[in-house]
Amino acid sequence: MSFLIGKDMRGGYGGADILNGCTIGVDKGQIAVVVGPNGAGKSTAMKALFGMLSLRAGSVTLDGRDITSMSPQDRVACDMAFVPQTNNVFAGMTVEENLEMGAYLRRDDFSDTMAEVFDLFPILKEKRRQFAGELSGGQRQQVAVGRALMTQPSVLMLDEPTAGVSPIVMDELFDRVIAIKKTGIAVLIVEQNARQALEIADIGYVLVSGENRFTDTGEALMADPEVRKSFLGG
Amino acid sequence: MFALMSNFVFVPALTYGSQLALGALGITLVFGVLRFANFAHGDLMAFGTMGVVLITYWLQAHGIGIDPLPTALLALPFGIALAVGASLLIDRTVYRFYRKRRAAPVILVVASVGVMYVLNGLTRFVIGAEDQRFFDGARFLISAGDFKDLTGLDEGVTIKLTQALTVVVAVLMVAALFWFLQKTRTGKAMRAYSDNEDLALLSGISPDRVVAVTWIIAAVLATVAGTLYGLDKSFKPFVYFQLILPMFAAAIVGGIGQPIGAIIGAYVVAFSEVMLTYAYKRALMYIGPEGWGPEGLMQILSTEYKFAISFLILVFVLLVRPTGIFRGKVI
Amino acid sequence: MSAILTRTRLAYLGIIVLLLLVGVFQSWSVALVMINLCLISAVMALGVNIQWGYAGLFSAGTVGFVALGGLAGVLISEAPVIEAWDVGGAGLIYSVATLAALIAAIFIIMSVMKPGTARRIVMTCVILGGYFAVRYFFDPATDAIEGVNPSAQGFLGGLGLPILLSWPVGGLLAALVAWGIGKVALGLRSDYLAIATLGIAEIVIAVIKNEDWLARGVKNVSGLARPMPKEIALQESPEFIGWIEWLHSGALSTVTGDERIQMLRDFAQQDAGTFVKLIYMLLFTVVLLILFALAQRALNSPWGRMMRAIRDNEVAAEAMGKNVTKRHLQTFILGSAVVGIAGAMLTTLDGQFTPGTYNPLRFTFLVWVMVIVGGSGNNHGSVIGGFLIWFAWVQAEPAGILLMDGLTFFMAPDNPVRLHLLDAAAQMRPLLMGLVLLLAMRFSPKGILPEPIRTAR
Repeated sequence: MSFLIGKDMRGGYGGADILNGCTIGVDKGQIAVVVGPNGAGKSTAMKALFGMLSLRAGSVTLDGRDITSMSPQDRVACDMAFVPQTNNVFAGMTVEENLEMGAYLRRDDFSDTMAEVFDLFPILKEKRRQFAGELSGGQRQQVAVGRALMTQPSVLMLDEPTAGVSPIVMDELFDRVIAIKKTGIAVLIVEQNARQALEIADIGYVLVSGENRFTDTGEALMADPEVRKSFLGG
Repeated sequence: MFALMSNFVFVPALTYGSQLALGALGITLVFGVLRFANFAHGDLMAFGTMGVVLITYWLQAHGIGIDPLPTALLALPFGIALAVGASLLIDRTVYRFYRKRRAAPVILVVASVGVMYVLNGLTRFVIGAEDQRFFDGARFLISAGDFKDLTGLDEGVTIKLTQALTVVVAVLMVAALFWFLQKTRTGKAMRAYSDNEDLALLSGISPDRVVAVTWIIAAVLATVAGTLYGLDKSFKPFVYFQLILPMFAAAIVGGIGQPIGAIIGAYVVAFSEVMLTYAYKRALMYIGPEGWGPEGLMQILSTEYKFAISFLILVFVLLVRPTGIFRGKVI
Repeated sequence: MSAILTRTRLAYLGIIVLLLLVGVFQSWSVALVMINLCLISAVMALGVNIQWGYAGLFSAGTVGFVALGGLAGVLISEAPVIEAWDVGGAGLIYSVATLAALIAAIFIIMSVMKPGTARRIVMTCVILGGYFAVRYFFDPATDAIEGVNPSAQGFLGGLGLPILLSWPVGGLLAALVAWGIGKVALGLRSDYLAIATLGIAEIVIAVIKNEDWLARGVKNVSGLARPMPKEIALQESPEFIGWIEWLHSGALSTVTGDERIQMLRDFAQQDAGTFVKLIYMLLFTVVLLILFALAQRALNSPWGRMMRAIRDNEVAAEAMGKNVTKRHLQTFILGSAVVGIAGAMLTTLDGQFTPGTYNPLRFTFLVWVMVIVGGSGNNHGSVIGGFLIWFAWVQAEPAGILLMDGLTFFMAPDNPVRLHLLDAAAQMRPLLMGLVLLLAMRFSPKGILPEPIRTAR
C-alpha cells in the first residue's frame, strides 16, 4: 500500500468519464511519473488525487486515511502540495512573498524552510525582491515548486513542470526534483516529456484513455519495447 | 494670485481627491478580490455616513462634542460599524451565492445594482433624501487674516478645518492600508488572492476570510470617505450615488485592482474636475490690468458638467490604455 | 414547448385580469393611463432585453436613451423659433463648423505626425485652441438664443413636423449615441460598458438639463403637439358629438331639452379624455406589436442564434470566426434604439418634455427589473415584466403608505415615529424594487417566462 494512492478512479467533468478506473500511487522518498498520450487523462488523474475533481467511483487514501471527499484546501492542510501547470506563481508579488504565501497555513517560524528552498534554488535567493511575473519561465517554475515546498509537504504533485522550458532548464529542474525526493517527500509528476521523466522515475504509470496500460519502474518501462514503440517514439 | 489658486483650486482639489481616493480604493479592492465593479459603493458610502450623521445629531443634542474638531469624528466608529455590518450581511445574503457558483462578473454587477437600490432605499427611508449639514467645530484652520499676520504677505491663504482634516485622515488611512497589504499575513493573503485565486486556494488561503476582510476594509474606507465628503460639503444620498462615476474613473485610470493606481487616479480626476470647472475670472482680473476683467466667468466647463470630466477621462483611458496607468486587470 | 406556451398565455391572462381589477376597483381612466405606461414600459423592456437577454450586455444608461428619445419629441414637433435662429443661428453654425474643423485637425495630426511628445504637445494645443474657438462662437450665440422671449421660448425650437415622426427619430438619436459609447466600451471587460453607459446617461441628462438653447432645459417644454386632436377640440367637433349621442343613446333618451344638452355635454367631456387615451393605446400597441414581431424574428433568425452562441460561450464563438465585438455593438445599438423610441413615445404621451424627471431609478433600474423578472431572453417575458412591474411600481407608494399606516396604528396621530414612517413611505420604491431584483435573480433567475430551451429538430 503506497503512501498516497488513488484506486480505481472513475470520473470526469460532467459528460463522459475521463478516468476509467486508473490507479496511481506514490511512496515517500519516491518519484512517480505519469505519462501517456494527449487526452489520456494524466492531468485529470492528478486533479482527482488532489480533490479538484469529484470521483464517481474509486477512492483516494493518504497514509492509510480515506481522503476521497476532502476539499483541496483541506488536503493542503494535510501536507499535500500541488503545482499547477500554468499560472502557478503570484505574478504581482515578490519571490519572497510567493514563498511566504506557500507557508500561509504555517504558524511556526518558517525561515528555515525558506533557507532550504533558497539552497535548493539559489537563483531565487538572488531574485527574492523581484516580482515573480518578471522572471523567466524556468525561474518561475522554481518559484512555483519552492512555494509548494514551503508547507513542508509529505506529497508534492507537479503538473507538467517542464512545459515550455528549454532542455537545459528541464534537466536542472529534474535534478532538483531528485534532491527533493531524497528529503523523504513523495513526488508525483505528470509529464509530456516522457523519456526524460521516466529516467528519474522510481515508478512509472502509462495511462491510455483513463486506464492503466503499463506500470513498472522507470527503468523497466524505458526498456520495454512496446512502451518505447508506442509512447517514447522508438 | 497664488492665494487664489491655492484657495480655490489646489486645496479643494487635494481635499476632493483625497475623498475620492478613499472611495476608489474600496472599489478597486473589491474589484481585485471579488472581480466585479461594485455599483453599490456610493450607496454604501451614503449608508455608513447616514449612521455617522444620526449619531452626530444625537451627540450634539446631548451636548457631547470635541470642539474644535467636528463631533462627527466621535460618531465615526458607529457609522463604520454600521457599514461593516451591512457589507458583511450583504455579502452573506447576496454575493456569496454567486461567488460559490462562480457566476460571470456581470451577474455580480447586476446584483450590486440591486444592492445599490436597497441601500439607497434604506438610507432615504431612514434619513430622507434632503441635504443634511452635520458639520460643527471650528471652521478654519488658517483664515485669511491669520495667514497675512503670519507671513506678512498681503494675500490670504485660507485652509478650512475640514480640508486639513480630510487630507490628514486620508494620508493616515492610506498609510495604514498599505502597511496592512504589504506587511501583514492577512494583507498579503488578500493580495495573493487578488493576484491568482486558484493558487491562493492551493496555498490554503481561505476565500471566505479574504472576502470578509475586503468588505470590512471597503466599508471602513467608504464610511470615512463619505463622512469627510459630508463634512466638507453636505450629506445628500443622491450626490453620493453620483460619486461612483468619478470613483470608477479614478479606479480605472489608475489601473483597476491596483491600490496605488486608485489613489493617483483619484487625484487626476479631482484636479481635472476642479481645474476645468473653476471660474478663472477672478484670477484673470488679478493678473490683468485694471478694468480688463473678462465678461464671462471664464470657466472652461460649467459646474453642471463636472461628471462629464470623469467620464471624458474614463473614455480617454479606455481608448488609449484600457489597463490604466498601473497595469490593472483587463480581459 | 406547450408548457411554456400555456405559461405565456396564463401570464397574459393574469395581466389582463389585473388591469380589469384596476378598472373596476379604482377607475377605468386610471386603468387606461396605466395601460399606456405599461405599453411604453414593455417597449423599453424589449429594448433592454435585446441587450441583456440576447447578448448579455449590461447597460446602466437606459435613462439616457429614454431622455434622448424625449428630446427628439421636442426637436421634431416644436415649431422653429425663427427669431432665435436669426439671432443665434449663424453663431451656432460657425461653432459647429469650427468643431468640425477641430476634429479634422485632430485626425490630420494623428495621421501626419509620429506618436511622441511633440505630437502630444501639438495635440493639446490644438484641442485647447479649438475648444476656445468653438466657445467663442458658441457662447454669445446661445446667450442670444436664450434671450429670445425666455418665458416661453428661449430655444431654437424644432422642425415643426408631426410628432409621430419623433418616434423613429428618437430611436435614431439613441442609436447614434449608443454607437459612440459602444465603440469605446465594448470589447473590454463586461463591467466597463456598465460604467461607461452610466456615465453617458449622466451626461446626456446634464446636457438636456443645462443647455437651455436646445430644449429649454429644466424650464421644460410643455404643450407639445399631439398625434390626435385635443380633448377640447373633440368636444366641439360635431362628428364626435354625434358619435357620443349614438354611444349613450340609451341614457340620453330618458331626458329631454336642456337637461339632455347638459348630459350630452357631460358625456362628451368625459369621453373625450377616454377617447384620447384609447387612441394612444392603439398607437402604442401597434408600435409594440411591430417591434415585438421584429425582435422575435431577429431572435429566431440565424443572427439571433449567433447572438445566443456568443452570449453563452464568447470564446468558442470567437474561435469560430464570429466578430464578437461587432455583434455586441450591433445589439447594443438596436436595443438602445428601441429604448429611444419608447422615450419619444413617453414624451408624446406626457405632452411635455421635463428633463428633471429623468431619474435612473425610474428608468434604467426599473426596466432592468422588468426584464429580469419577466424572463431575460424571452420577449414575451419582457412584455409581461413591463406590465407587471409598472403595475407594482404604481401601486407601491399607496401600498407603502397603507402598510406604514397599518404598522403604526397604535401610535398617536402626531407621534413623530409614525409621521416619519408615513413620510418615508414614498421612499419605499427603491427598497422594494431592489429587493425584487435581488430575490428574482436569486430564486427565479430565469424569470416568469424562461427563455425557451431550443433543441435541434
